Amino acid sequence: MIKLERRAAPSSMGLVLIPVIAVFLALITGAIFLYLNGLSSPKGITWGQVFAVYGGMLDGAFGSTYGVSETIVKAIPLMLCGLGVSMAFRMQLWNIGAEGQFYMGAFGASWLALTYPELPVYLMLPGMVLLGLLCGGLWALIPGIPRAYLGVNETITTLMLNYVAILWVNYFIFGPWKDPQGMNFPLSKPFEPSAVLPTLGSSRVHFGLVFALAIAVLLWFVLKQSRWGYEVTVIGESPRTARYAGMNIKKNIILVMFVSGAIAGLAGMAEVSAITQRMQQGLSPGYGYTAIIVAWLAKLNPFAIILVAILLGALQVGGYSVQTTGVPAAIVFMIQGALLFFVLGGEFFNRFRIVLKNQGKVEV
Amino acid sequence: MKLSKKILTIVFTLVLAVALVGCGSQEKPKAAEEGKKDAATDKLKVAFIYVGPVGDGGYSYAHDLGRQYLVKEMPDIETTIVESVPEGADSERVLTELAEKGNKIIFATSFGYMDPVIKVAQKYPDVKFLHCSGYKTADNVGTYFGRMYQARYLSGIVAGKTTKTNTIGYVAAFPIPEVVRGINAFTQGVRSVNPNAKVNVVWTNTWYDPAAEKEAGKSLLETGADVVAQHQDTPGPQQAAEEKGKFGIGYNSDMSKMAPKAVLTSAVWNWGPYYVNTVKAIKEGTWKSDQYWGPISDNIVDLAPFGPMVPEDVKQLVETKKQELIEGKFDVFDGPVKDQTGKERVAAGQKMSDADMLSFDWFVEGVEGTIPK
Repeated sequence: MIKLERRAAPSSMGLVLIPVIAVFLALITGAIFLYLNGLSSPKGITWGQVFAVYGGMLDGAFGSTYGVSETIVKAIPLMLCGLGVSMAFRMQLWNIGAEGQFYMGAFGASWLALTYPELPVYLMLPGMVLLGLLCGGLWALIPGIPRAYLGVNETITTLMLNYVAILWVNYFIFGPWKDPQGMNFPLSKPFEPSAVLPTLGSSRVHFGLVFALAIAVLLWFVLKQSRWGYEVTVIGESPRTARYAGMNIKKNIILVMFVSGAIAGLAGMAEVSAITQRMQQGLSPGYGYTAIIVAWLAKLNPFAIILVAILLGALQVGGYSVQTTGVPAAIVFMIQGALLFFVLGGEFFNRFRIVLKNQGKVEV
Repeated sequence: MKLSKKILTIVFTLVLAVALVGCGSQEKPKAAEEGKKDAATDKLKVAFIYVGPVGDGGYSYAHDLGRQYLVKEMPDIETTIVESVPEGADSERVLTELAEKGNKIIFATSFGYMDPVIKVAQKYPDVKFLHCSGYKTADNVGTYFGRMYQARYLSGIVAGKTTKTNTIGYVAAFPIPEVVRGINAFTQGVRSVNPNAKVNVVWTNTWYDPAAEKEAGKSLLETGADVVAQHQDTPGPQQAAEEKGKFGIGYNSDMSKMAPKAVLTSAVWNWGPYYVNTVKAIKEGTWKSDQYWGPISDNIVDLAPFGPMVPEDVKQLVETKKQELIEGKFDVFDGPVKDQTGKERVAAGQKMSDADMLSFDWFVEGVEGTIPK
């Protein structure tokens, strides 16, 4: 007879193994899908060809300087949004709203770039950064404050505010910000060069990478070394303990939501400033949602988030690259979904152990 | 701290492991692939990038039907597709990669690819880029689109003849000129045969959202419409009409399969001939950058076959009007054209210019709804 037994503490082996196993299981799931998909094509498929697809992805993502640079470009918003949501997750605040916070950050930055185009670069860029942080953070406070004072479920409110944020931005690009030279298409005017973040050489790798790395270090430091970081961790793990210890939970919910949203907002600022260089629709192909996978796969560790973001960036870049050999786009989304599924599934085994009754283990 | 280090090590090992697995299995097939490439170097490589999945049954699907037609007509070329390419950061990379991989002609089929196309085209002067529905050109960048409004007008005639309640619904994606023009042309068609009919517009703010688009269709039917037209990539509104026992006008490709009892006809894209002509012209060296806006006489836009419920006299009428459009006897926005407020926008005897049509931001008389500004 099989029984489940709660572990006293999460297994450290599990912490090591779960992400590894999850990645492999996700890749295997993808491989099975590719194989079945190939079978239905007239040419058929071999397992060798299936693995060649993964080889092709890897080649597309890391096989050239250009590939590597583009993987990083794709990873930057994932890093920042991942760092943002990880902050909230650590306190068991389910901020699903990074997508909306990203858009609001981009909105704030664009507002400055479009309203005061004549600002010199040393005012413009810092101003855009500040507004990106502020707008993203304030947007996260809208669900944060009711959560703190009324216990309103933030999973739902953060998620729903994503749509509001996107429609808010749409209002501006379809209306007041519409480029007069744009034949009535929903695009803002292009930004002045002073509002464009610097890039590395001729690549598109932009200053957002520095933001991401700096924030990773900062978060790590805050969480491990500061009193506030300690409070956040304790509140996350056991609100009751935190309350007994006299920690101000309400204040911390609000603070953490603000910081979480602000970091996602910075991601939006960097993307609109460095990549599209104007406000437009489709600025984010779901970075805020992919960031949730990033944060979980990295077990909320700031440095791991950087690496996992690169991994998922590579998966997407590689995914588009292998499409040229006839692989459908859906494969990447499948692997991503499978990743989250297996990581969360793995959590279960981390918390519980399977016990065979007849082996004489003690039952709980 | 101990923990974070451990995780760091794990993730790093993981990346390496995946890298190794990938590299190990990659060598052989890649060599084989290169061999294949060598054998095919004399083949002209043509690439397509789509904003949606090929299987959307709508806009990207219609482009892919065009590509398939191209392959059938010109078996000596090799085509590549990349689907579901978002209009943000990704498009520039995908375009660059396609150019790097030796594609000499790249069709970028969505409006949002405009800036990236211009940027990438500068770096690859020997590659020809054709951008659908945009307005920026360069020596090696042309634009193309079809006068879908002409097919819309014809479908409007069918709707105007069919409606009993004199209320027609229109599920629309985004208030951009292309969509506004379509609504206006459709309404002109409706009112040419039924001056009392009104066209109610609902915006969904999506191109591709089966559930939302179906809901929008339902809400129009519930408020009195008995025919639903659409500017959306899914057949959702048609399915709503089917369920309610009402009628619909499909878009992009023939949607009668998805709602056989409802679909009167569909206003469809027929990109194939354009793709063949363009690729041939480039191959023969006669191509020059231009802004092609193909009329119905080029067959780039058309109506899908009528459903069995459409009476013979309506079919005849539409056929006659189609011939007149083809022969250029009239166009959809020939004056007098009034706007919603009754103000005359195109005077009698005047024609609306292409520039005005391409930047449409007002509704003609007979449309109920507003353009958000």
